[in-house]
Parts: sequence; C-alpha cells; structure tokens
Amino acid sequence: MNTPKPELPATYTVGDVVSGPPCCEPVSHLRIEKLSVAYGATTVLDEVSLDIYRGCITALIGPSGCDKTSFLSTLNRLTDLVPGARVNGRIHFEATDVLDPRLDVLALRRRVGMIFQKPNPFPLSVRRNLELPLREHGVRRRDVLDHKIETALRDVGLWEEVRDRLDSPALALSGGQQQRLCIARALVLEPSVLLMDEPCSALDPISSGVVEKLIQRLRGRYTVVIVTHNLAQARRIANYAAFFWMKEHVGKLIEFGRCQPLFETPENPLTAAYVSGLSG
Amino acid sequence: MPSHAMDRAFTCAIWSAAVLVTSAFLWLLGDLVWHGMAHLSWSFLVSEPMNAGRSGGIAPILVSTLLILAVALAAAVPLGLGAAAWLAEYTRRDGALGQAVRLSLDVLAGVPSIIFGLFGNVFFSVFLGLGFSMLSGGLTLACMILPIFIRTCEAGLSAVSDDWRHGAAALGMTRAAALWHILLPAAASAIVAGLMLGIGRATAETAALIFTSGYVDRMPESLSDSGRALAVHIYDLSMNVTGGDGAAYASALVLIVLIVAINTGALALSDRWWTRRIATS
Repeated sequence: MNTPKPELPATYTVGDVVSGPPCCEPVSHLRIEKLSVAYGATTVLDEVSLDIYRGCITALIGPSGCDKTSFLSTLNRLTDLVPGARVNGRIHFEATDVLDPRLDVLALRRRVGMIFQKPNPFPLSVRRNLELPLREHGVRRRDVLDHKIETALRDVGLWEEVRDRLDSPALALSGGQQQRLCIARALVLEPSVLLMDEPCSALDPISSGVVEKLIQRLRGRYTVVIVTHNLAQARRIANYAAFFWMKEHVGKLIEFGRCQPLFETPENPLTAAYVSGLSG
Repeated sequence: MPSHAMDRAFTCAIWSAAVLVTSAFLWLLGDLVWHGMAHLSWSFLVSEPMNAGRSGGIAPILVSTLLILAVALAAAVPLGLGAAAWLAEYTRRDGALGQAVRLSLDVLAGVPSIIFGLFGNVFFSVFLGLGFSMLSGGLTLACMILPIFIRTCEAGLSAVSDDWRHGAAALGMTRAAALWHILLPAAASAIVAGLMLGIGRATAETAALIFTSGYVDRMPESLSDSGRALAVHIYDLSMNVTGGDGAAYASALVLIVLIVAINTGALALSDRWWTRRIATS
C-alpha cells in the first residue's frame, strides 16, 4: 500500500516544546556574495556577503530602514514582484543559482518558504489554506492531502486547537494562531529554508512566546533566516547573527558571526553600540 | 446659542434632503403601483400582446428582455473580468497602456446610449450581419455595460490586500492561481456590485435596443429573432399607442420588480457564497 510515511519524529508532533535536534552544522546552505539591491536609481543594500548555515537559525538585526526585509526577499526572488527592483551579486542555494533569470522561481519558492510580519492566512477555511498550495504543486490525492495537512498542523502545535474546525474560516483564528497557520502553510510544502520577516512583531506577548518556541523547534530540520527587532529574542533563538546598519542611506552588513560572541564581544564599535542599546 | 441653532438648521437640512429624495422615489413607485396594479394580473404576464399592446399581456416581451440580458451578461462578464484582471494584476498601475485603457473606459462609460445603439446597428446588425436580433441587442448592451463593470471589478481587485498576493507568491503559486483562488473571490462583493449596476442599466435600456434588437413583439424563436425589450415596450406604449397608458404602467411595474428581484437575488447569492467560502472574522 502506498501510505505516506510520517516524516517527522514523534517528539515534533505534540504539545510541549522539545528542544531541537543536535543543532546546526556550519555548512553553507545559502551563500550570498556581494549582493546589492536597488529600487530604481536608489541603492538600498550594498555588497552584502555572508553564509547561511544549514539547519541553523540566523538572525538579521539592525535598526528599521536598513533593508533587512529587502535582503530576505532576494533569497526567494520575491523582489521580482517589486517594479523597478534590481538585484546584483550572487546567491547560491545548494546547487541553484538563485538570481539566474531562467530559474523556475515557483520551484525555488516551494523550497524557500517565507513568513511575513503580519499573519496573512488566505480568506479561506483552515483546511483550504493548507490544501491550496499543495494542490498548486500537484498533490491531489485526498489521503495524502489530509496526512500532510495534519502533520503540518501538528508541527506548529495547532492541530489540537483547530482539528474540530478545519472548515471554519482561518481569519476567525487569533493572531498567534493565524501566524502559526501561516508557518504550517509554509511547512506543508516541505521547504528546506524558512525566511521569517519579524514573525512575532504583530503578536501579543503570549502568542509571540509560543511562535518563538515553535521557531526554536524548527532548528535542525530547517534553515531559518529571521529578521527581528527584538534583540533579546535574537539572543535566545539564533545561532548566528548578522548586524545591518545604514551608512549614507545605504544598508550594509557590518558584522556577521556566531550569535553569542556577536552580542558579548562584538568586533565592530557600531555593533557594540547597537547591541548595548546605545544607538539605533 | 447661535451655534446650537446653526447645528439644528444643519441637521434639518440634512434630514430634509434625505426625506426629499426618498419621497420622490416612493411617489414614483406609488404612482406606478396605483396605476399599474389595475392592469397587472397573471394573464398579463403569460399572454401575448394584442391591439398594439393596449390589451393582452407581455409574455414575449418578458422572454425577449431576459434573453437579451442573458446575451449581454454572457458576453460582458468573462470579458469584463478578464480586462479587470489585466488592469489590476498584469499591468503596472502607472503604465502608459493601462492608463490609456482606463481613460478610454471612463470616456465610454459616459457615452449616451443612443450612440451605442447606432454603433451596435452599424457593427453588429449590418457589418456582422446579425440583423435586428436579440444577439445584436445583447452584444450592444454588453458594450454599454462593460466600461463600468470593468472599472468596478478593477477597483475591487485593487482593494484586495497585497499581503495575500505576496503570500501566494511566496508559496510558489502562479499569478493565475492566486487570481482565481484568492483575489477574485476576495473581490466578489465588488464584482457583484458591478454586475448589478450593469444589469440595472441593461434592463432599463431603450435607445440602444431600438436600433439593434428591434421592436417585434412576437414570441422569439431563437436569438437571431428580433425581440422587444420591456423598456422599449413601455416607450412604445406611452409614446406611440393612444390608450396604452394602463399597459405601460403595468409593464413599468414589472420592470422595476424584475430589477429589484435580480439585484436582491445576486446580493443574497454572493452573501451566502461569501460566508460559506470566504468568511469574515
């Protein structure tokens, strides 16, 4: 029989947080080389180079307006949607050249999922929210759909809360539940990278805490790149941190490294001032 | 205090404006019901007109009206949704081509219906050889309602939050899938509003139909037959037929009831569909 095999260890499928598997490895999953982004004639991000390591959580920190979100959007080519946006440099994702104009971006986005600042479940039922992307990518069989949907919802700890109302509107869920549904919607496509643009900033503190623990639980299985303005959160969850800063109205990467040293013994005085709360 | 007096006067003015507008409509409706009810009966709805419409009923006219409307909607809805989707989703909002299309639609929306009638006569009846037929009439009406329908649908689509567009793109969904599964359903209320504006305009139309679908009052056998629409019938009875006033009133009442019924139906349908499929928080 062709029953889909559950691809997750049991510890991930229920309730409380079990801390991630043997963490991440310093193996490059996304290699970014001299990446620049411009909107029209205005350069907003200049020559950023860094490695995103497999299975790790990399936090992008820095003041608002230094285009960390633009950086994030280049990684799944969502910048394509912005009229007049130009991206230069190189991004290697496994064996893929992300910026290759001939690349199948739909396939890329399936493997590089994205979570937005404001929860954006579609105005459909909970079930349809997860089913729609799956169907779009060719999954049609009812039993496979149901299994994948349940797995994704269990993964984000939402199954028990919504199992009885899968067919009710997703927009009736609370903000935190909506954001976890959006994470489930990304996970259901089995991506290997998750890009998160301040996923907790629109949530109340309790929901924010739940989502934060969920993100920690994703470590090891997914490569996570998260933009956050919450430095304490970055310290709690990230393995690596990248500090961005505006220089002459252009966003630049100032310092990148393991999270703890970056926060405790930063090399650059700008980083030191920012993480100690003296600037930014 | 003077400011209080001002405020009261202002309130009065606002109220009287509302009352004036409402009472004008009620007076018109009352007049129609008063004069029309005497003539209105079941047999009026199901029998053929006799004696140039002075007696008999309006059965063929009702059928023609609905057929013309069906042709108009069958042509206008897919074309209109496509054009609206192109304007809202596939061109840049400030692009030259999009702006040119928008401008021409806005100009077209203001063109008097008699011009559409003449155009329909030249293009559909003569050039395409459709003659005086309900097909010509329906297609002419489609041209007439398209501009306003497209602009309403475009506004509805543009009002849909970008969050969903980005969310769909980030999931590797095609633009077409996002449009079909998320954006069009989310814009459903605007689409229905555009549809109702169109239906209202189409069913009330006289000038554009006289030159295209004609005024033969026999029961039509196919879409290539000439057919008389209700509004044309009312015009003919009140202008050309002495002693046709009673039947004209009754026909006008039927027309109003028809428009209200179609609009209520469309609204209820979209409401039900919305709560079932889309739902609000």
